Amino acid sequence: MPAETSLQSGGSVTADDLARDLAGLDQLDFAQERRAPLAIRLWSALWPKLAAIGVAVLVWQIAYWLELKPSFVLPSPSAVGAELWEQLGTPELWRAVGSTMRRALLGFAVSLVIGGAIGIAVTRSRLLRTAIGSLITGLQTMPSIAWFPLAILLFKISEQAILFVVVLGAAPSIANGIIAGVDSVPPILRRVGITMGANTPQMYRDFVIPAAMPTMLTGLKQGWAFSWRSLMAGELLVIIPGTQSLGTRLQFAREFSDATGLIATMVVILVIGILVDSLVFGKLERTVLTRRGLRLDDKNPAEKLVVRRSLMAASVGR
Amino acid sequence: MSGANSGLTEPAQHIVNGRQQVAAARPAVEIVDVVKRFGSGDSGVLALDHISLTVEHGEFLCIVGASGCGKSTLLNLVAGLDAPTSGTVGASGRVALMFQEAALLPWRTAIQNVELALKLRGVPKAERSERARELLALVRLDDFADKRPHELSGGMRQRVALARCLGQGADILLMDEPFGALDAITRDILHDEIERVASEQQLTVMFVTHNVREAARLGDRIVLLSSRPGRVVAQFDVPVPRPRRIESPDVSAIAAQVTISLREEVRRHAR
Repeated sequence: MPAETSLQSGGSVTADDLARDLAGLDQLDFAQERRAPLAIRLWSALWPKLAAIGVAVLVWQIAYWLELKPSFVLPSPSAVGAELWEQLGTPELWRAVGSTMRRALLGFAVSLVIGGAIGIAVTRSRLLRTAIGSLITGLQTMPSIAWFPLAILLFKISEQAILFVVVLGAAPSIANGIIAGVDSVPPILRRVGITMGANTPQMYRDFVIPAAMPTMLTGLKQGWAFSWRSLMAGELLVIIPGTQSLGTRLQFAREFSDATGLIATMVVILVIGILVDSLVFGKLERTVLTRRGLRLDDKNPAEKLVVRRSLMAASVGR
Repeated sequence: MSGANSGLTEPAQHIVNGRQQVAAARPAVEIVDVVKRFGSGDSGVLALDHISLTVEHGEFLCIVGASGCGKSTLLNLVAGLDAPTSGTVGASGRVALMFQEAALLPWRTAIQNVELALKLRGVPKAERSERARELLALVRLDDFADKRPHELSGGMRQRVALARCLGQGADILLMDEPFGALDAITRDILHDEIERVASEQQLTVMFVTHNVREAARLGDRIVLLSSRPGRVVAQFDVPVPRPRRIESPDVSAIAAQVTISLREEVRRHAR
Protein backbone atom coordinates (compact mmCIF):
# COMPACT_ATOMS: atom_id res chain seq x y z
CA MET A 1 0.00 0.00 0.00
CA PRO A 2 2.03 2.93 -1.23
CA ALA A 3 -0.31 5.54 0.22
CA GLU A 4 0.63 4.56 3.75
CA THR A 5 4.23 5.58 3.44
CA SER A 6 3.33 9.23 3.17
CA LEU A 7 1.11 9.09 6.25
CA GLN A 8 3.71 7.66 8.63
CA SER A 9 4.56 9.88 11.52
CA GLY A 10 7.14 12.43 10.66
CA GLY A 11 6.29 12.11 6.98
CA SER A 12 3.84 14.48 5.39
CA VAL A 13 1.18 14.77 2.78
CA THR A 14 2.42 16.42 -0.38
CA ALA A 15 0.42 19.14 -2.09
CA ASP A 16 -0.44 16.63 -4.79
CA ASP A 17 -1.76 14.11 -2.29
CA LEU A 18 -3.85 16.80 -0.65
CA ALA A 19 -5.37 17.84 -3.96
CA ARG A 20 -6.28 14.23 -4.69
CA ASP A 21 -7.67 13.67 -1.17
CA LEU A 22 -9.90 16.68 -1.57
CA ALA A 23 -11.04 15.72 -5.06
CA GLY A 24 -11.84 12.20 -3.89
CA LEU A 25 -13.73 13.43 -0.86
CA ASP A 26 -15.71 15.87 -2.97
CA GLN A 27 -16.76 13.15 -5.39
CA LEU A 28 -17.85 10.92 -2.50
CA ASP A 29 -19.75 13.74 -0.85
CA PHE A 30 -21.33 15.19 -3.91
CA ALA A 31 -24.79 13.85 -4.58
CA GLN A 32 -25.32 13.05 -8.22
CA GLU A 33 -28.61 14.38 -9.44
CA ARG A 34 -30.54 11.93 -11.56
CA ARG A 35 -33.78 13.14 -13.06
CA ALA A 36 -36.41 11.13 -14.84
CA PRO A 37 -37.28 12.15 -18.43
CA LEU A 38 -39.65 15.12 -18.76
CA ALA A 39 -42.58 13.10 -20.11
CA ILE A 40 -42.49 10.71 -17.16
CA ARG A 41 -42.22 13.56 -14.66
CA LEU A 42 -45.15 15.39 -16.25
CA TRP A 43 -47.29 12.28 -16.34
CA SER A 44 -46.54 11.34 -12.74
CA ALA A 45 -47.54 14.86 -11.67
CA LEU A 46 -50.66 14.89 -13.85
CA TRP A 47 -52.43 11.57 -13.45
CA PRO A 48 -53.37 11.92 -9.77
CA LYS A 49 -55.00 15.27 -10.56
CA LEU A 50 -56.89 13.85 -13.52
CA ALA A 51 -58.01 10.89 -11.45
CA ALA A 52 -59.31 13.20 -8.70
CA ILE A 53 -61.31 15.25 -11.22
CA GLY A 54 -62.61 12.01 -12.72
CA VAL A 55 -63.86 10.80 -9.33
CA ALA A 56 -65.58 14.13 -8.61
CA VAL A 57 -67.35 14.13 -11.98
CA LEU A 58 -68.35 10.52 -11.47
CA VAL A 59 -69.97 11.30 -8.10
CA TRP A 60 -71.84 14.19 -9.74
CA GLN A 61 -72.95 11.95 -12.61
CA ILE A 62 -74.22 9.29 -10.18
CA ALA A 63 -76.15 11.96 -8.26
CA TYR A 64 -77.67 13.03 -11.59
CA TRP A 65 -78.61 9.45 -12.53
CA LEU A 66 -80.22 8.89 -9.16
CA GLU A 67 -82.26 12.06 -9.76
CA LEU A 68 -81.59 13.34 -6.24
CA LYS A 69 -82.69 16.74 -7.53
CA PRO A 70 -84.68 17.68 -10.62
CA SER A 71 -82.42 18.05 -13.64
CA PHE A 72 -83.14 21.79 -14.06
CA VAL A 73 -81.59 22.31 -10.62
CA LEU A 74 -78.81 19.73 -10.86
CA PRO A 75 -77.86 19.32 -14.53
CA SER A 76 -75.60 16.55 -15.79
CA PRO A 77 -71.82 17.06 -16.12
CA SER A 78 -72.13 16.71 -19.88
CA ALA A 79 -74.80 19.43 -20.10
CA VAL A 80 -72.59 21.79 -18.07
CA GLY A 81 -69.61 20.83 -20.23
CA ALA A 82 -71.54 21.64 -23.39
CA GLU A 83 -72.76 24.95 -21.91
CA LEU A 84 -69.24 25.85 -20.88
CA TRP A 85 -67.89 25.03 -24.31
CA GLU A 86 -70.53 27.23 -25.90
CA GLN A 87 -69.86 30.10 -23.49
CA LEU A 88 -66.16 29.93 -24.20
CA GLY A 89 -67.01 30.88 -27.78
CA THR A 90 -68.93 34.02 -26.76
CA PRO A 91 -67.33 37.45 -26.17
CA GLU A 92 -69.54 38.04 -23.10
CA LEU A 93 -67.75 35.43 -21.01
CA TRP A 94 -64.36 36.80 -21.94
CA ARG A 95 -65.47 40.35 -21.23
CA ALA A 96 -66.68 39.22 -17.79
CA VAL A 97 -63.42 37.35 -17.14
CA GLY A 98 -61.51 40.41 -18.27
CA SER A 99 -63.26 42.85 -15.94
CA THR A 100 -63.06 40.45 -12.99
CA MET A 101 -59.36 39.83 -13.57
CA ARG A 102 -58.74 43.56 -13.89
CA ARG A 103 -60.36 44.12 -10.49
CA ALA A 104 -58.44 41.21 -9.02
CA LEU A 105 -55.09 42.44 -10.28
CA LEU A 106 -55.75 46.03 -9.23
CA GLY A 107 -56.91 44.87 -5.81
CA PHE A 108 -53.91 42.62 -5.38
CA ALA A 109 -51.51 45.34 -6.52
CA VAL A 110 -52.97 47.88 -4.09
CA SER A 111 -52.87 45.26 -1.31
CA LEU A 112 -49.27 44.56 -2.14
CA VAL A 113 -48.30 48.21 -1.79
CA ILE A 114 -50.31 48.83 1.39
CA GLY A 115 -49.62 45.44 3.00
CA GLY A 116 -45.97 45.69 2.00
CA ALA A 117 -45.56 49.15 3.48
CA ILE A 118 -47.26 48.16 6.74
CA GLY A 119 -45.27 44.92 6.94
CA ILE A 120 -41.94 46.66 6.44
CA ALA A 121 -42.86 49.43 8.89
CA VAL A 122 -43.74 46.87 11.57
CA THR A 123 -40.46 44.97 11.14
CA ARG A 124 -38.56 48.24 11.52
CA SER A 125 -40.29 49.53 14.65
CA ARG A 126 -40.76 47.78 17.95
CA LEU A 127 -43.40 50.29 18.96
CA LEU A 128 -45.43 49.73 15.81
CA ARG A 129 -45.18 45.98 16.30
CA THR A 130 -46.59 46.21 19.80
CA ALA A 131 -49.28 48.61 18.62
CA ILE A 132 -50.64 46.88 15.54
CA GLY A 133 -48.96 43.46 15.27
CA SER A 134 -51.87 41.53 16.70
CA LEU A 135 -54.39 43.83 15.04
CA ILE A 136 -53.08 42.68 11.65
CA THR A 137 -53.66 39.05 12.56
CA GLY A 138 -57.10 40.01 13.87
CA LEU A 139 -58.01 41.68 10.57
CA GLN A 140 -56.94 38.52 8.78
CA THR A 141 -59.59 36.49 10.60
CA MET A 142 -62.36 39.01 9.87
CA PRO A 143 -64.66 37.57 7.16
CA SER A 144 -64.41 39.99 4.27
CA ILE A 145 -68.12 39.81 3.55
CA ALA A 146 -68.71 41.53 6.90
CA TRP A 147 -67.03 44.64 5.49
CA PHE A 148 -69.47 45.06 2.60
CA PRO A 149 -72.33 46.86 4.33
CA LEU A 150 -69.86 49.48 5.56
CA ALA A 151 -68.13 49.61 2.18
CA ILE A 152 -71.45 50.23 0.41
CA LEU A 153 -72.34 52.98 2.88
CA LEU A 154 -68.93 54.58 2.39
CA PHE A 155 -68.52 54.21 -1.37
CA LYS A 156 -72.06 53.43 -2.61
CA ILE A 157 -72.42 50.78 -5.31
CA SER A 158 -69.09 51.40 -6.99
CA GLU A 159 -65.75 49.93 -7.99
CA GLN A 160 -64.20 51.57 -4.93
CA ALA A 161 -66.47 49.60 -2.62
CA ILE A 162 -65.23 46.35 -4.13
CA LEU A 163 -61.61 47.48 -4.11
CA PHE A 164 -61.90 48.56 -0.48
CA VAL A 165 -63.00 45.11 0.64
CA VAL A 166 -60.55 43.25 -1.58
CA VAL A 167 -57.66 45.24 -0.11
CA LEU A 168 -58.89 44.75 3.45
CA GLY A 169 -59.01 41.03 2.73
CA ALA A 170 -55.57 40.69 1.15
CA ALA A 171 -53.33 43.34 2.73
CA PRO A 172 -53.19 41.82 6.26
CA SER A 173 -52.02 38.46 4.88
CA ILE A 174 -49.34 40.14 2.81
CA ALA A 175 -48.19 42.28 5.75
CA ASN A 176 -48.15 39.24 8.03
CA GLY A 177 -46.13 37.27 5.47
CA ILE A 178 -43.52 40.01 5.33
CA ILE A 179 -43.31 40.31 9.12
CA ALA A 180 -43.00 36.55 9.59
CA GLY A 181 -40.49 36.38 6.74
CA VAL A 182 -38.19 39.04 8.13
CA ASP A 183 -38.46 37.49 11.61
CA SER A 184 -37.40 34.14 10.17
CA VAL A 185 -34.09 35.42 8.77
CA PRO A 186 -31.33 33.49 10.58
CA PRO A 187 -29.32 35.94 12.76
CA ILE A 188 -26.08 34.41 11.48
CA LEU A 189 -26.84 35.73 7.97
CA ARG A 190 -27.17 39.25 9.35
CA ARG A 191 -23.83 38.82 11.12
CA VAL A 192 -22.29 37.69 7.85
CA GLY A 193 -23.75 40.79 6.21
CA ILE A 194 -22.28 43.07 8.87
CA THR A 195 -18.80 41.51 8.65
CA MET A 196 -18.99 41.83 4.87
CA GLY A 197 -19.59 45.54 5.35
CA ALA A 198 -23.13 45.73 3.96
CA ASN A 199 -24.96 49.02 4.52
CA THR A 200 -28.70 49.07 5.28
CA PRO A 201 -30.00 48.97 1.66
CA GLN A 202 -27.48 46.25 0.80
CA MET A 203 -28.45 44.34 3.92
CA TYR A 204 -32.08 44.30 2.78
CA ARG A 205 -31.36 43.62 -0.88
CA ASP A 206 -28.74 40.92 -0.53
CA PHE A 207 -29.55 39.29 2.81
CA VAL A 208 -32.90 40.00 4.48
CA ILE A 209 -35.32 39.99 1.53
CA PRO A 210 -33.97 36.88 -0.21
CA ALA A 211 -33.74 35.05 3.11
CA ALA A 212 -37.31 36.04 3.96
CA MET A 213 -38.61 35.17 0.50
CA PRO A 214 -40.07 31.69 1.14
CA THR A 215 -42.21 32.93 4.03
CA MET A 216 -43.14 36.15 2.23
CA LEU A 217 -44.34 34.13 -0.76
CA THR A 218 -46.66 32.15 1.49
CA GLY A 219 -48.14 35.47 2.60
CA LEU A 220 -48.55 36.65 -1.00
CA LYS A 221 -50.25 33.41 -1.95
CA GLN A 222 -52.62 33.65 0.97
CA GLY A 223 -53.23 37.31 0.11
CA TRP A 224 -54.20 36.32 -3.40
CA ALA A 225 -56.61 33.67 -2.14
CA PHE A 226 -58.24 36.19 0.21
CA SER A 227 -58.51 38.87 -2.47
CA TRP A 228 -60.07 36.40 -4.94
CA ARG A 229 -62.65 35.31 -2.38
CA SER A 230 -63.46 38.89 -1.34
CA LEU A 231 -63.78 39.85 -4.96
CA MET A 232 -66.32 37.12 -5.71
CA ALA A 233 -68.36 38.13 -2.66
CA GLY A 234 -68.12 41.73 -3.78
CA GLU A 235 -69.24 41.04 -7.31
CA LEU A 236 -72.33 39.25 -6.00
CA LEU A 237 -73.25 42.04 -3.58
CA VAL A 238 -72.11 45.15 -5.42
CA ILE A 239 -73.64 44.86 -8.86
CA ILE A 240 -72.77 47.96 -10.81
CA PRO A 241 -75.32 48.49 -13.60
CA GLY A 242 -73.90 48.04 -17.07
CA THR A 243 -70.79 46.09 -16.07
CA GLN A 244 -70.32 42.41 -16.74
CA SER A 245 -68.28 40.27 -14.40
CA LEU A 246 -68.12 36.67 -13.26
CA GLY A 247 -70.06 37.64 -10.14
CA THR A 248 -72.90 39.26 -12.10
CA ARG A 249 -73.09 36.20 -14.35
CA LEU A 250 -73.59 34.01 -11.29
CA GLN A 251 -76.25 36.36 -9.98
CA PHE A 252 -78.13 36.55 -13.29
CA ALA A 253 -77.94 32.78 -13.80
CA ARG A 254 -79.54 32.30 -10.39
CA GLU A 255 -82.26 34.86 -11.12
CA PHE A 256 -83.11 33.04 -14.36
CA SER A 257 -82.84 29.63 -12.62
CA ASP A 258 -80.20 28.70 -15.18
CA ALA A 259 -78.38 26.04 -13.15
CA THR A 260 -76.33 24.88 -16.13
CA GLY A 261 -74.97 28.37 -16.81
CA LEU A 262 -74.41 28.94 -13.11
CA ILE A 263 -72.31 25.83 -12.66
CA ALA A 264 -70.41 26.59 -15.87
CA THR A 265 -69.47 30.00 -14.44
CA MET A 266 -68.44 28.39 -11.16
CA VAL A 267 -66.14 26.09 -13.09
CA VAL A 268 -64.57 29.13 -14.73
CA ILE A 269 -64.00 30.77 -11.31
CA LEU A 270 -62.48 27.58 -9.92
CA VAL A 271 -60.20 27.11 -12.90
CA ILE A 272 -58.93 30.71 -12.74
CA GLY A 273 -58.19 30.26 -9.03
CA ILE A 274 -56.29 27.04 -9.65
CA LEU A 275 -54.38 28.45 -12.61
CA VAL A 276 -53.20 31.54 -10.76
CA ASP A 277 -52.31 29.49 -7.71
CA SER A 278 -50.33 26.83 -9.54
CA LEU A 279 -48.91 28.75 -12.48
CA VAL A 280 -48.00 32.00 -10.75
CA PHE A 281 -47.50 31.24 -7.06
CA GLY A 282 -46.78 27.55 -7.40
CA LYS A 283 -44.03 28.23 -9.91
CA LEU A 284 -42.54 31.06 -7.84
CA GLU A 285 -42.60 28.90 -4.75
CA ARG A 286 -41.00 25.94 -6.50
CA THR A 287 -38.22 28.11 -7.87
CA VAL A 288 -37.54 29.74 -4.51
CA LEU A 289 -37.64 26.51 -2.52
CA THR A 290 -35.67 24.40 -4.99
CA ARG A 291 -32.91 26.99 -5.13
CA ARG A 292 -32.59 26.90 -1.38
CA GLY A 293 -32.70 23.12 -1.19
CA LEU A 294 -35.87 23.23 0.88
CA ARG A 295 -37.84 20.78 -1.26
CA LEU A 296 -37.17 17.29 -0.04
CA ASP A 297 -39.94 15.45 -1.84
CA ASP A 298 -38.40 15.25 -5.29
CA LYS A 299 -34.88 14.45 -4.18
CA ASN A 300 -33.24 11.10 -4.69
CA PRO A 301 -32.05 9.25 -1.57
CA ALA A 302 -28.42 10.33 -1.92
CA GLU A 303 -29.38 13.97 -2.01
CA LYS A 304 -31.76 13.53 0.89
CA LEU A 305 -28.87 12.12 2.85
CA VAL A 306 -26.75 15.18 2.15
CA VAL A 307 -29.58 17.47 3.17
CA ARG A 308 -30.13 15.44 6.32
CA ARG A 309 -26.45 15.57 7.14
CA SER A 310 -26.42 19.31 6.72
CA LEU A 311 -29.48 19.66 8.93
CA MET A 312 -27.76 17.55 11.55
CA ALA A 313 -24.65 19.66 11.25
CA ALA A 314 -26.73 22.77 11.69
CA SER A 315 -28.50 21.39 14.73
CA VAL A 316 -25.19 20.38 16.29
CA GLY A 317 -24.06 23.94 15.76
CA ARG A 318 -26.85 25.35 17.87
CA MET B 1 9.19 25.98 5.35
CA SER B 2 8.30 27.29 8.75
CA GLY B 3 4.59 27.62 8.09
CA ALA B 4 2.49 30.71 8.41
CA ASN B 5 5.19 32.77 10.06
CA SER B 6 7.64 32.73 7.22
CA GLY B 7 8.96 36.00 5.98
CA LEU B 8 6.35 38.42 7.23
CA THR B 9 7.50 39.51 10.63
CA GLU B 10 10.25 38.38 12.84
CA PRO B 11 10.25 34.72 13.79
CA ALA B 12 7.72 33.79 16.39
CA GLN B 13 9.82 31.82 18.83
CA HIS B 14 10.21 34.69 21.25
CA ILE B 15 6.50 35.06 21.75
CA VAL B 16 6.07 33.86 25.29
CA ASN B 17 3.53 35.84 27.18
CA GLY B 18 1.67 37.37 24.28
CA ARG B 19 3.37 40.56 25.28
CA GLN B 20 6.29 40.51 22.95
CA GLN B 21 7.32 43.74 21.30
CA VAL B 22 8.12 43.82 17.63
CA ALA B 23 10.16 46.91 16.90
CA ALA B 24 8.44 48.45 13.91
CA ALA B 25 5.26 46.73 12.72
CA ARG B 26 1.99 46.94 14.60
CA PRO B 27 0.69 43.48 15.46
CA ALA B 28 -2.23 42.14 13.39
CA VAL B 29 -4.50 41.98 16.41
CA GLU B 30 -3.94 43.74 19.69
CA ILE B 31 -6.26 43.10 22.61
CA VAL B 32 -5.38 45.20 25.63
CA ASP B 33 -6.91 44.65 29.05
CA VAL B 34 -10.33 43.82 27.66
CA VAL B 35 -13.31 43.28 29.92
CA LYS B 36 -16.65 42.21 28.51
CA ARG B 37 -19.69 42.08 30.71
CA PHE B 38 -23.17 41.15 29.51
CA GLY B 39 -26.01 42.74 31.40
CA SER B 40 -25.44 44.68 34.60
CA GLY B 41 -25.64 44.28 38.35
CA ASP B 42 -26.16 40.87 39.93
CA SER B 43 -27.72 39.34 36.85
CA GLY B 44 -24.79 40.47 34.70
CA VAL B 45 -22.29 37.93 33.40
CA LEU B 46 -18.60 38.63 33.24
CA ALA B 47 -17.55 36.93 30.00
CA LEU B 48 -14.01 38.22 29.59
CA ASP B 49 -11.89 39.39 32.50
CA HIS B 50 -8.89 41.59 31.69
CA ILE B 51 -7.69 39.76 28.63
CA SER B 52 -4.57 40.90 26.84
CA LEU B 53 -3.43 39.18 23.67
CA THR B 54 -1.28 40.07 20.71
CA VAL B 55 -1.39 38.24 17.41
CA GLU B 56 1.44 38.85 14.98
CA HIS B 57 1.00 39.16 11.23
CA GLY B 58 0.96 35.72 9.67
CA GLU B 59 0.61 33.97 13.00
CA PHE B 60 -1.77 31.05 13.44
CA LEU B 61 -3.15 31.41 16.96
CA CYS B 62 -5.41 28.77 18.44
CA ILE B 63 -7.66 29.61 21.37
CA VAL B 64 -8.69 26.68 23.53
CA GLY B 65 -11.02 26.57 26.48
CA ALA B 66 -13.87 24.68 28.07
CA SER B 67 -17.40 25.89 27.53
CA GLY B 68 -18.22 29.31 28.89
CA CYS B 69 -14.75 30.73 28.38
CA GLY B 70 -15.95 33.50 26.10
CA LYS B 71 -14.06 32.28 23.01
CA SER B 72 -16.79 33.37 20.65
CA THR B 73 -17.25 36.66 22.50
CA LEU B 74 -13.58 37.38 21.99
CA LEU B 75 -13.84 36.79 18.23
CA ASN B 76 -16.95 38.98 18.02
CA LEU B 77 -14.99 41.80 19.66
CA VAL B 78 -12.14 41.47 17.19
CA ALA B 79 -14.62 41.34 14.31
CA GLY B 80 -16.24 44.52 15.55
CA LEU B 81 -19.63 42.83 15.97
CA ASP B 82 -19.61 43.83 19.61
CA ALA B 83 -17.80 46.40 21.75
CA PRO B 84 -15.76 45.67 24.91
CA THR B 85 -17.01 46.97 28.25
CA SER B 86 -13.51 48.31 28.87
CA GLY B 87 -10.10 47.96 27.28
CA THR B 88 -9.21 48.22 23.61
CA VAL B 89 -9.33 45.86 20.67
CA GLY B 90 -7.37 46.74 17.58
CA ALA B 91 -7.03 44.91 14.29
CA SER B 92 -4.70 46.15 11.59
CA GLY B 93 -6.13 44.55 8.52
CA ARG B 94 -9.41 43.35 7.09
CA VAL B 95 -11.20 40.89 9.32
CA ALA B 96 -13.45 38.03 8.21
CA LEU B 97 -15.32 35.50 10.32
CA MET B 98 -15.95 31.81 9.76
CA PHE B 99 -18.47 29.97 11.91
CA GLN B 100 -19.25 26.35 12.64
CA GLU B 101 -21.98 26.67 10.05
CA ALA B 102 -20.70 27.87 6.71
CA ALA B 103 -23.52 30.47 6.75
CA LEU B 104 -23.56 30.68 2.98
CA LEU B 105 -26.55 32.35 1.36
CA PRO B 106 -28.63 29.36 0.25
CA TRP B 107 -30.19 31.15 -2.72
CA ARG B 108 -26.82 31.87 -4.30
CA THR B 109 -24.50 29.40 -6.00
CA ALA B 110 -21.00 28.86 -4.64
CA ILE B 111 -19.52 31.39 -7.03
CA GLN B 112 -22.31 33.93 -6.43
CA ASN B 113 -21.63 33.71 -2.70
CA VAL B 114 -18.01 34.66 -3.31
CA GLU B 115 -19.05 37.34 -5.80
CA LEU B 116 -21.24 39.01 -3.18
CA ALA B 117 -18.23 39.45 -0.91
CA LEU B 118 -16.36 41.04 -3.80
CA LYS B 119 -19.32 43.28 -4.62
CA LEU B 120 -19.73 44.55 -1.06
CA ARG B 121 -16.02 45.30 -1.04
CA GLY B 122 -16.45 47.44 -4.13
CA VAL B 123 -14.82 45.23 -6.75
CA PRO B 124 -16.10 46.33 -10.19
CA LYS B 125 -18.71 44.06 -11.72
CA ALA B 126 -16.59 43.11 -14.71
CA GLU B 127 -13.87 41.63 -12.52
CA ARG B 128 -16.02 39.80 -10.00
CA SER B 129 -16.74 36.60 -11.85
CA GLU B 130 -13.12 35.96 -12.75
CA ARG B 131 -11.80 36.81 -9.29
CA ALA B 132 -14.46 34.63 -7.65
CA ARG B 133 -13.49 31.73 -9.87
CA GLU B 134 -9.84 32.19 -8.91
CA LEU B 135 -10.76 32.11 -5.23
CA LEU B 136 -12.81 28.95 -5.70
CA ALA B 137 -9.89 27.41 -7.56
CA LEU B 138 -7.72 28.28 -4.58
CA VAL B 139 -9.90 26.08 -2.36
CA ARG B 140 -10.16 23.62 -5.29
CA LEU B 141 -13.85 23.99 -5.80
CA ASP B 142 -13.87 25.56 -9.25
CA ASP B 143 -15.67 22.48 -10.59
CA PHE B 144 -18.51 23.14 -8.19
CA ALA B 145 -18.83 26.88 -8.81
CA ASP B 146 -22.41 26.68 -10.02
CA LYS B 147 -23.71 24.40 -7.27
CA ARG B 148 -25.89 25.75 -4.52
CA PRO B 149 -24.91 25.28 -0.86
CA HIS B 150 -27.47 22.55 -0.22
CA GLU B 151 -25.90 20.46 -2.97
CA LEU B 152 -22.48 20.61 -1.31
CA SER B 153 -21.16 18.67 1.67
CA GLY B 154 -20.35 20.37 4.97
CA GLY B 155 -16.64 20.39 4.20
CA MET B 156 -17.17 21.86 0.75
CA ARG B 157 -19.38 24.56 2.20
CA GLN B 158 -16.68 25.52 4.69
CA ARG B 159 -14.22 25.83 1.79
CA VAL B 160 -16.66 28.11 -0.05
CA ALA B 161 -16.94 30.13 3.18
CA LEU B 162 -13.14 30.32 3.25
CA ALA B 163 -13.08 31.53 -0.35
CA ARG B 164 -15.72 34.08 0.58
CA CYS B 165 -13.57 35.34 3.48
CA LEU B 166 -10.71 35.77 1.05
CA GLY B 167 -13.14 37.55 -1.27
CA GLN B 168 -13.74 40.02 1.54
CA GLY B 169 -10.06 40.77 1.23
CA ALA B 170 -9.42 39.38 4.69
CA ASP B 171 -5.91 39.24 6.01
CA ILE B 172 -7.13 38.37 9.48
CA LEU B 173 -9.28 35.28 9.62
CA LEU B 174 -11.35 34.63 12.72
CA MET B 175 -12.53 31.04 12.87
CA ASP B 176 -15.11 29.95 15.43
CA GLU B 177 -14.92 26.14 15.61
CA PRO B 178 -15.16 25.98 11.84
CA PHE B 179 -14.61 22.22 11.59
CA GLY B 180 -16.60 21.25 14.69
CA ALA B 181 -19.48 19.74 12.75
CA LEU B 182 -17.42 17.79 10.20
CA ASP B 183 -16.61 14.10 10.19
CA ALA B 184 -13.07 13.06 11.14
CA ILE B 185 -11.63 12.40 7.70
CA THR B 186 -13.00 15.63 6.26
CA ARG B 187 -11.66 17.56 9.23
CA ASP B 188 -8.24 15.96 8.81
CA ILE B 189 -8.06 16.96 5.15
CA LEU B 190 -9.34 20.46 5.87
CA HIS B 191 -6.57 20.90 8.46
CA ASP B 192 -4.07 20.39 5.66
CA GLU B 193 -6.10 22.72 3.46
CA ILE B 194 -6.38 25.62 5.94
CA GLU B 195 -2.70 25.30 6.78
CA ARG B 196 -1.83 25.55 3.09
CA VAL B 197 -4.18 28.46 2.33
CA ALA B 198 -3.17 30.41 5.44
CA SER B 199 0.48 30.15 4.57
CA GLU B 200 0.02 30.85 0.85
CA GLN B 201 -2.20 33.87 1.52
CA GLN B 202 -0.09 34.98 4.49
CA LEU B 203 -3.18 35.12 6.69
CA THR B 204 -3.27 35.89 10.37
CA VAL B 205 -5.59 33.37 11.95
CA MET B 206 -7.40 33.32 15.28
CA PHE B 207 -8.83 29.84 15.51
CA VAL B 208 -11.21 28.97 18.34
CA THR B 209 -11.67 25.30 19.16
CA HIS B 210 -12.39 23.02 22.08
CA ASN B 211 -10.38 20.29 20.38
CA VAL B 212 -6.88 20.38 21.88
CA ARG B 213 -5.37 18.12 19.23
CA GLU B 214 -6.75 20.33 16.51
CA ALA B 215 -5.16 23.32 18.21
CA ALA B 216 -1.78 21.57 18.44
CA ARG B 217 -2.09 20.43 14.82
CA LEU B 218 -2.75 23.93 13.51
CA GLY B 219 -1.43 26.60 15.85
CA ASP B 220 1.89 28.38 16.01
CA ARG B 221 0.75 29.19 19.50
CA ILE B 222 -2.06 28.00 21.75
CA VAL B 223 -3.82 30.24 24.23
CA LEU B 224 -5.73 28.54 27.00
CA LEU B 225 -8.68 30.49 28.36
CA SER B 226 -10.35 29.85 31.71
CA SER B 227 -14.10 29.60 32.03
CA ARG B 228 -16.49 32.03 33.72
CA PRO B 229 -14.92 34.50 33.52
CA GLY B 230 -12.61 34.07 30.54
CA ARG B 231 -9.00 34.78 31.41
CA VAL B 232 -5.76 33.83 29.73
CA VAL B 233 -4.50 30.92 31.85
CA ALA B 234 -1.53 29.74 29.86
CA GLN B 235 0.11 29.96 26.48
CA PHE B 236 1.99 27.26 24.62
CA ASP B 237 4.30 27.59 21.66
CA VAL B 238 4.06 24.82 19.13
CA PRO B 239 7.56 24.50 17.67
CA VAL B 240 6.62 21.63 15.36
CA PRO B 241 7.69 22.15 11.73
CA ARG B 242 5.01 22.33 9.04
CA PRO B 243 3.37 20.64 7.31
CA ARG B 244 2.27 18.66 10.34
CA ARG B 245 0.29 15.50 10.92
CA ILE B 246 -2.29 15.37 13.67
CA GLU B 247 -1.04 11.91 14.71
CA SER B 248 2.63 12.89 14.90
CA PRO B 249 4.27 12.37 18.33
CA ASP B 250 5.33 16.03 18.53
CA VAL B 251 1.78 17.25 18.04
CA SER B 252 0.48 14.65 20.49
CA ALA B 253 3.03 15.67 23.13
CA ILE B 254 1.92 19.29 23.00
CA ALA B 255 -1.74 18.30 22.97
CA ALA B 256 -1.12 16.21 26.10
CA GLN B 257 0.52 19.14 27.82
CA VAL B 258 -2.37 21.49 26.96
CA THR B 259 -4.91 18.87 28.02
CA ILE B 260 -3.37 18.66 31.49
CA SER B 261 -3.73 22.41 31.97
CA LEU B 262 -7.23 22.36 30.55
CA ARG B 263 -8.25 19.56 32.91
CA GLU B 264 -6.84 21.47 35.87
CA GLU B 265 -8.83 24.48 34.78
CA VAL B 266 -12.04 22.46 34.45
CA ARG B 267 -11.44 20.78 37.84
CA ARG B 268 -11.30 24.18 39.51
CA HIS B 269 -15.01 24.52 38.84
CA ALA B 270 -15.91 21.33 40.72
CA ARG B 271 -17.69 21.79 44.00
